[in-house]
Amino acid sequence: MSKVLLEVKDIFVNVEEKEILKGLSLSINEGETHVIMGPNGAGKSTLGHTLMANPKYNLRSGSIIFDGNDITKEPTDKRAKAGIMLTFQDPIPVPGITLGSFVRSAIEQRTGKRIRIWDFKKSMKSTLELLNMDESYTERDLNVGFSGGEKKKAEIFQLLMLSPKLAILDETDSGLDVDAVKTVGAGIRAFREQGGTLLIITHSTRLLDSLEVDKTHILADGRIVTTGDRSLVDEVNTNGFESFIS
Amino acid sequence: MKEKTFVDDIDESIYDFRYDEDENDMLDRGITPAIINEIADEKHDPDWMRAFRLHSLELYYKQKMPVWGPSIEGLDMDQIVTYIRPKARMRNDWGDVPDDIKNTFEKLGIPQAERESLAGVGAQYDSEIVYHNLKESVAKQGVIYTDLETAMQDEFYNKMIQEHFMKLVPPTDHKFAALHGAVWSGGSFVYVPKGVHVDIPLQSYFRLNAEGAGQFEHTLIIVEDDAYLHFIEGCSAPKYYAASLHAGCVELFVGKRATLRYSTIENWSKNMYNLNTKRALVDEGGKIEWVSGSFGSHVSYLYPTSVLNGEGARSEFTGITFSGAGQDLDTGAKVIHNAPSTSSYMNTRSISKGGGGNTFRSEVRVTPKAKGSKSSVSCASLMLDSESRSDTIPAMDIRTKDADIGHEAKIGRISDDAVFYLMSRGLSEEEAKALIVSGFADNVSKELPMEYAIEMNNLIRLEMTGSIG
Repeated sequence: MSKVLLEVKDIFVNVEEKEILKGLSLSINEGETHVIMGPNGAGKSTLGHTLMANPKYNLRSGSIIFDGNDITKEPTDKRAKAGIMLTFQDPIPVPGITLGSFVRSAIEQRTGKRIRIWDFKKSMKSTLELLNMDESYTERDLNVGFSGGEKKKAEIFQLLMLSPKLAILDETDSGLDVDAVKTVGAGIRAFREQGGTLLIITHSTRLLDSLEVDKTHILADGRIVTTGDRSLVDEVNTNGFESFIS
Repeated sequence: MKEKTFVDDIDESIYDFRYDEDENDMLDRGITPAIINEIADEKHDPDWMRAFRLHSLELYYKQKMPVWGPSIEGLDMDQIVTYIRPKARMRNDWGDVPDDIKNTFEKLGIPQAERESLAGVGAQYDSEIVYHNLKESVAKQGVIYTDLETAMQDEFYNKMIQEHFMKLVPPTDHKFAALHGAVWSGGSFVYVPKGVHVDIPLQSYFRLNAEGAGQFEHTLIIVEDDAYLHFIEGCSAPKYYAASLHAGCVELFVGKRATLRYSTIENWSKNMYNLNTKRALVDEGGKIEWVSGSFGSHVSYLYPTSVLNGEGARSEFTGITFSGAGQDLDTGAKVIHNAPSTSSYMNTRSISKGGGGNTFRSEVRVTPKAKGSKSSVSCASLMLDSESRSDTIPAMDIRTKDADIGHEAKIGRISDDAVFYLMSRGLSEEEAKALIVSGFADNVSKELPMEYAIEMNNLIRLEMTGSIG
């Protein structure tokens, strides 16, 4: 199966007056796992936020094709409904709604159908177990008072529950201890096994140890400078990014 | 980056009212003692009440319009007068009720009969029976729950009313208190005897369709020592009256070690000048808990006041105000610490959008007697766009060194990051904002009984998105 799920064509992106992405192109096939690596400030997070249509990021030219449709002009919620999900580096606390009921209403928004509370609870329970999370998590207000690790787990919990076609993970492993990295890694593997497509944005390689990777891209100065397979991750691990930056 | 944003209101064409004025009413502008006598006759007032009304009218003539708050220049007193006369046809045709209000009823799922009643058109509806049953059931505990007119026909309660009526909010207080004293009509009278704990909340809502209730209504509640009552006033459906002035009055007397919880959700139609006065007097060890949600109205002046008059008396105020286009809502609370070891706590939220204005006004007064008292005021405002306005005016007058006073104010705009975050999970922009606003209002919703909390959240959703999800 080699259907193209995401096609990014020559995008130029500004944040305020500053040009961050300078002609970036990228193509991801359905079911693949891609990794974007690169030094700080290269534009990795900008890519994630641009794909999710964050209004702070101004796409000046280029196009984004997702699942056969041109979504370049679609707003965030339309893209989410089409099946893209960005997990956040620092998820925002939203008091007044619990994680559980938020996920439920988000699923209902995306599918346009009501889900039976029984089915929902059952799938919630198995997902919580997989992520080593206590059930009481889902009764807490969304990201309110969550520790850094709890927030990241809650993002992966949402990922598994919402089950998008494409997940963009923005620095999911930053700030996690060894055990949490393992748990989050298990969650990501489960998503992959469901047939999910992954774009993992990271500057460290801890999360990748337990993960199959199809392609690795090095992002530097607003462009993809090198694309390779899994071995590129190891190369970065030994030599750093220096050799990729001209 | 200083781009102006603007969150549009759901329906801009709000309330273009026209009145067919009766010729008789046209002849006689201005409130005269004759009109007041007519009202007193109509209501079979005891003599003292008739005299009280006439005296209040004198004070009304003498006093000036308030000039310190939002403008009330648009308030047409002549027009009000035509609706003050008894038997004046306050009622409208259902056809005259603005579509906006009808739509809101529709969206809130209110039955037709009840809608008509709320819009001032209707006849009786089922809640009359609920009211009756409730009244019977609390009567077994010795609790009186009725309207003032009825209560005054009883000699015992007539005396009690005479001792308390407009003693906390005297007609000398301000022009609209004087007007109220002269023309008041309808409202609630609740008397809870010593030591009685009323388990079910009493709700004025059930009595809304009582004749003339809701515009110059008077609420008088007496909770005796060691007793408990939760009283709920109003409902989330917009109330529509032909005359655009609401000058109600609420007087609450809380006995020793007694607790009164007074919850309100007000949602006035957007032509309304809501100039309401609410006050509570709390005795030794007693407690008043205010929960207040202010929606709707064109202009509001509303500052429930607690007078902590006995040692260890307490006051808690939790409030929320939501203003949209064309609205200027001046709300807040006041506390007077007038005895040792009294404590007060205020926690408010205000939300403005579509160019609406909010002012939070608080006053904490601590007299020299109130040694060892504590007060904490916390207010937060959320503006949904850069056209909207939010002000905070806290006043403190502390006359003893031995008091612990705190104040905290936060004003902010809705966070773009939070909106983006929620949208990235598939919520539309409106839904995301509504969710954030509901969360912001959580301090109030969690203080309300379940069904009211749901209604209030629906109301917020309605104000934010034009629909209930």
